Amino acid sequence: MSPDTSMNHETSSKAARFARRKRFNQIAIALSMIAMFAGMFWLAWILWETVSVGISGLSVAMFTENTPPAGDAIGEGGLANAMMGSFLMVALATFVGAPIGILTGIYLAEYDPSGKLSFTVRFINDLLLSAPSIIIGLFVYAVIVVQFKEFSGWAGAAALALIVIPIVIRTTENMLALIPAGLREAAYALGSPKWKVITRITLVAARAGVLTGILLAVARISGETAPLLFTALNNQFWKASLSGPLANLPVTILQFAMSPYENWQKLAWGGVFLITLAVLGLNILARMLSREKL
Amino acid sequence: MKRLIVAACVTAASSLGMSTLALAADNVTGAGASFPAPLYTRWAADYNKITGHKINYQSIGSSAGLKQIEEKTVDFGASDAPLTDAVLQEKGLVQFPMVVGGIVPIINVQGVTPGQLKLNGQVLGDIYLGKITLWNDPAIAALNPGLKLPDTAIAVVRRADGSGTSFGFTNYLCKVNAEWKEKVGEGTAVNWPTGLGGKGNEGVAAFVGRLNGAIGYVEYAYAKRNKLAHAQIQNRAGKFVQPSEASFKAAASGAEWEKSFHQILTDQPGDESWPITSATFILMHKKQDKPAQAAASLNFFAWAFKNGDAQASNLDYIPMPPAVKEIVARSWQSITDASGKAVRP
Amino acid sequence: MRLKLNISNALADRLFSLTARGAALLTLALLLGIIASLIMGAWPAIREYGAGFLTRNAWDPVREDFGGLMMIYGTLVTSFIALLIAVPVSFGIALFLTELSPVWLKRPLGTAIELLAAVPSIVYGMWGLMVFGPVLARYVQQPMQSLLGDIPFLGALVSGPPVGIGILSASIILSIMIIPFIASVMRDVFEVTPPLLKESAYGLGATTWEVVWRVVLPYTKTGVLGGIMLGLGRALGETMAVTFVIGNMNQLNSLSLFEPANSITSALANEFAEAAPGLHQASLIYLGLVLFLITFTVLICSKLLLLRLKKNEGARV
Repeated sequence: MSPDTSMNHETSSKAARFARRKRFNQIAIALSMIAMFAGMFWLAWILWETVSVGISGLSVAMFTENTPPAGDAIGEGGLANAMMGSFLMVALATFVGAPIGILTGIYLAEYDPSGKLSFTVRFINDLLLSAPSIIIGLFVYAVIVVQFKEFSGWAGAAALALIVIPIVIRTTENMLALIPAGLREAAYALGSPKWKVITRITLVAARAGVLTGILLAVARISGETAPLLFTALNNQFWKASLSGPLANLPVTILQFAMSPYENWQKLAWGGVFLITLAVLGLNILARMLSREKL
Repeated sequence: MKRLIVAACVTAASSLGMSTLALAADNVTGAGASFPAPLYTRWAADYNKITGHKINYQSIGSSAGLKQIEEKTVDFGASDAPLTDAVLQEKGLVQFPMVVGGIVPIINVQGVTPGQLKLNGQVLGDIYLGKITLWNDPAIAALNPGLKLPDTAIAVVRRADGSGTSFGFTNYLCKVNAEWKEKVGEGTAVNWPTGLGGKGNEGVAAFVGRLNGAIGYVEYAYAKRNKLAHAQIQNRAGKFVQPSEASFKAAASGAEWEKSFHQILTDQPGDESWPITSATFILMHKKQDKPAQAAASLNFFAWAFKNGDAQASNLDYIPMPPAVKEIVARSWQSITDASGKAVRP
Repeated sequence: MRLKLNISNALADRLFSLTARGAALLTLALLLGIIASLIMGAWPAIREYGAGFLTRNAWDPVREDFGGLMMIYGTLVTSFIALLIAVPVSFGIALFLTELSPVWLKRPLGTAIELLAAVPSIVYGMWGLMVFGPVLARYVQQPMQSLLGDIPFLGALVSGPPVGIGILSASIILSIMIIPFIASVMRDVFEVTPPLLKESAYGLGATTWEVVWRVVLPYTKTGVLGGIMLGLGRALGETMAVTFVIGNMNQLNSLSLFEPANSITSALANEFAEAAPGLHQASLIYLGLVLFLITFTVLICSKLLLLRLKKNEGARV
């Protein structure tokens, strides 16, 4: 940018500078490709490990039979009770947590975008988002398990719901904020009341994004071990109710993977494979939904 | 779309409600020590097949087992570390032993085959204190004449999580190594002077298996099933013994169960005794709020004492001798309902 | 008729806004509840040690002597190193995905990177312990030790057992776990940069690098910072993956990157079940509270930074 003293000098220094910029650019591009490659490399490596040990643990019995005792023959027993328990808790946590999250998101985006309460809630929500899940488990243990003198699926679901809420709040608010103000104004101009504008116009326009948030939350809680350890505990028997200790996949996997018995270890890796598959599936579904929006 | 969600909500809620009603009343929950968990779940599965009763046992750790029985969130607790009679009295609890197991040092030293290396309590303690740092240290060599030990650094591996296994191990070191007792002490978690912390037996085994020069300690079932190289230990009688069912049994035979159930089986007398042996205990409330649950738990233990020995041996646990089982069964009379009637007469 | 409708609408409006407000207040109450129960649980330790807990280098459950220095140090250092690795790599990935990748590859590659975020963290832990640790020990740590071992300062950083367990492995695993978060946020915000801006820069003869570094990055810095903070939050709170590979040593004896250490989350996960009620348990909960405080500080810092960035923006335009 600074003016050069002689013409001759300028051309040569310009050429040199151009070459330098070009070289710099090439290096940057090369580095970026390396970064991309490194990312793919980790993904492939981890997935490969999960798949290769996971597949060997898979069997039909895994879906139809309950968790076996230690020392059974390999291939006997499955994870049916754990899958059922996980499903029940994840479902309840989502049905309770998602509406609270969506409503709070609506409040933040539509009612009071820059008020004091919103500022506090937003801040607190960011805090909740990064709260270690084990602390959430401890909280629910103190508030529910100790009070009712029983470990239960209800407590497990409550802990999971506490993880769902902040994720859904964040995505709902972000998605609602992306809806062009014109859309809302047009609806108001037609005389629609606010609640109708929100539920019929903005929320509908943002539904793909909101749904994506819910799916991501489901994906997140399906793999959570720490909040369940002291809330749902675990159960070796089949049960389709939330009262009393309830079997679940993450805790079962942790216990089985750390045991010396081969039949348990095999099932643990089969379970890891299943969870990974389910979570990956949910994530892909979420991506597809959010793409639809665009 | 919204209707669909609402419909799904309603279906889910109603099915949850219905299944709650259908719940049977005799479900018993126990939780605590992870060491006997494989055996308890095995027994529970067999018991369920025969009687239809469901006894759910979950391993959450010995101290957690104690905490949960005190909070009355479970019907019985389980712990590897026995409480003294005074503490039991104060908390209104009863404890009784179920099975015995062994803790085994495992090593990874080039040129040393399983069961070949000999150690004693003093040396083991000094290794874990970080005082002996090389495998060819004179103290180790003196115990192993004729064994060629490499000039490798010792990598100490211990449990990172609090554990009954650590309790047994540190309790033994306290008895045989004065400096250990003074500096570190015993407990499910202690202030380890040195070493890598592995998570669970699995974590310890993984580190020892990988690190040249490593030493660690795991439950016997773990060492046996993963074919890890173990070491011999010199027992109180001065004899070097191999870990085996026989040497664990020998250690357990010396305990005076008739006096008190507060028995710690480390460093027991007897030529055959494996020095790091430990029993595992059940904890229950003396006065029961839920006598039916307590009776169901005791029925299960009675069944296990009668029919469970073969499964215990299969999974590398040592069943209690018949005489001890009788003493335990008699002690159950002290578990009563609110009116003072024994829940399992 | 018309009036009635208006009234019922007004009522519905009021109801709806109340419900929404109620939900917001509920969230607030929940967090306050969590913090209150943490403070209650930690109270014995707070009373015993006060703020000195943060700098006490002790963890002796037998003698009931506790301090959080190692765990706090471990949490901060592993998260910091993880960011140090993850931010440039994520930037490279985002750059590749927005500027360099052929169009047909963008979507599959982007999804693939995001999938890394979907793998359950226990898988990362087991993988780190069984697969990655040995590789790191053999091909990185041992060569580094023989290379740097004799140099005074650097030597101290790489001392300790080269076993693939410790601060370095935990940091690397963490960085792999947070790359997808940071990279996907960066990509998203890079993509919303108005094409007009980029095209003008290209038109003036700028190279790809210059466009991204001088045009796209300044335009998107708020979003980029948000992504980094998201990653940092994840790194600070990660439990299962860290506990397998950090080595779980409770005393801070050396600043070497190869030494086993501990983090707040890992200590909680390992010891809470076996902690006897009393000072041990209270100290663990105190650590949980400290983690909340760290997150809190990070959030405040990022908000302040954003505020300043916005101000500068205003000044320049």
